[in-house]
Amino acid sequence: MAWQRSRPRLDRENRAFWTGGADGKLHITRCSDCGQYTHPPREMCRHCQSENVAPHAVAGTGTIDTYTVNHQAWAKDMDVPFVIARVKLDDAPGVYLTTNIIGSPVDAVDIDDKVHVVFEEQDGIWFPLFEKVA
Amino acid sequence: MAQPEAYITGIGMSDVGVRLTRSPLLLTVDAVREAIADAGLTLDQIDGVATYPGKMPSFLGFSPVSSDDLIEVLGLKTRWHIGAAESTAQLGAIIEAANAVKAGLARHVICFRTVYEAAAMARPEEFPPMERRKDVSGNSQWVSPFGAFSAANWTAQYAMRHMKRYGLTREQLAQVALNDHANAAINPRALVKKPLTMDDYMSARMISTPFCLYDCDRFTDASTVVIVSAGEALGDVKATPIRIAASAGSVERYSWDQAEWAGAYPTGRDLWRNTDYTVKDVDTVQLYDGFAFQPITWLEGLGFCDVGEGGQFLEGGTRIARDGALPMNTGGGQLGWGRLHGFGFAYEAVVQLRGEGGARQIGGDPRVAIATSGGGPMAAALLLAKD
Repeated sequence: MAWQRSRPRLDRENRAFWTGGADGKLHITRCSDCGQYTHPPREMCRHCQSENVAPHAVAGTGTIDTYTVNHQAWAKDMDVPFVIARVKLDDAPGVYLTTNIIGSPVDAVDIDDKVHVVFEEQDGIWFPLFEKVA
Repeated sequence: MAQPEAYITGIGMSDVGVRLTRSPLLLTVDAVREAIADAGLTLDQIDGVATYPGKMPSFLGFSPVSSDDLIEVLGLKTRWHIGAAESTAQLGAIIEAANAVKAGLARHVICFRTVYEAAAMARPEEFPPMERRKDVSGNSQWVSPFGAFSAANWTAQYAMRHMKRYGLTREQLAQVALNDHANAAINPRALVKKPLTMDDYMSARMISTPFCLYDCDRFTDASTVVIVSAGEALGDVKATPIRIAASAGSVERYSWDQAEWAGAYPTGRDLWRNTDYTVKDVDTVQLYDGFAFQPITWLEGLGFCDVGEGGQFLEGGTRIARDGALPMNTGGGQLGWGRLHGFGFAYEAVVQLRGEGGARQIGGDPRVAIATSGGGPMAAALLLAKD
């Protein structure tokens, strides 16, 4: 995609998620009391309402829960087709990330494929994309 | 004392078109005039206004008219109004109005949804387009950076998983568009004027797999109005009143990508919680179809078939046809009538229950209908009955 990705506006809740890629880390908010994950990130655990939450570096591996091959250029300069997917993270139960699957032809992607995170940096934001595990 | 009830007592609609030049406020007034005449009311009897979502200055084509714009130009003396942006879904505005009249906050409420997306795109100097969101926050930050700008992308992913897990086919999915086009072709107010063939469908270009062009509604300019009245105010009304027998909306988690399935599933089940009616009593369904997969989630969620069997339910299209066991989207749905954004389903349910469908009227004196709106986490459902 030559297209310039939309840039998330950084704030106290989302900063660790969008910048963790600088250190190669995929940060998901975890509760230090109950151990469960809250995504999108918030200042409170959505499971036990503890405020004792912090970004936690997860493994960055997962499976494709579902996907679609997008053929419509929604913005100027958007190269199509490309894969939009919903990835289920291996070690953060209940968390899904909408993302792109890169590095494979669009017709080589399927539900249940194993994937791992790769970061693409644009203007200080590290977008977590995924590619198929070889 | 009997339980308070709420009724739909009038329906109206403006011209439905693409790139209309009449202003969205005047289209709304056109639809209001038709609806109050239909109900046999006058403007001075209206004391409430509800709309979805309310005026959106940053995205005027999507919602160009506020409840107070309408109150102002019509000189209404209202006691209650709402722009229901954070309600359950489009039909949530009608649910709010029903609750208001039951609570005695108003007697007769104008409920409207005005859309102007086609005209707005053609006249950007008058209706500035939403920026291509270079700077995103809130929920859009989790999808837009990945090129998933459209609800087509989000909804397509539910459909792909249904195909993989349950074997839904494109031929089954196509029945939604084929049925919509067949019904729209005999609805004089619909955008679509002729039927669609399976060949047309299969040769159409892809938007976002499995959705082709015909699986997605198109930008439309129109206003749709429903009048909701209190049971105790029915003496004012001349039209056959249609009772809002039950409603439900957006049950469970409000997220497009963190919930396992669309909100239609828990919301569909919840609709039956406060009524003695069951699925067997339903004569026709008007199910939201901004994208062709959404009626499948509603059919399964409401219990017309088991989860995973929606594709088989649609197989061949005979069940959902006007002369089938469960006539669906008899006015053409959003794929045929136009993107009326939810309110068209309530309008058409009332038409059918009153027996005013003309060439598209279903047989057998229908008495119970369902109208739904929404996809993804948005979900609102109305159970409507002619007593």
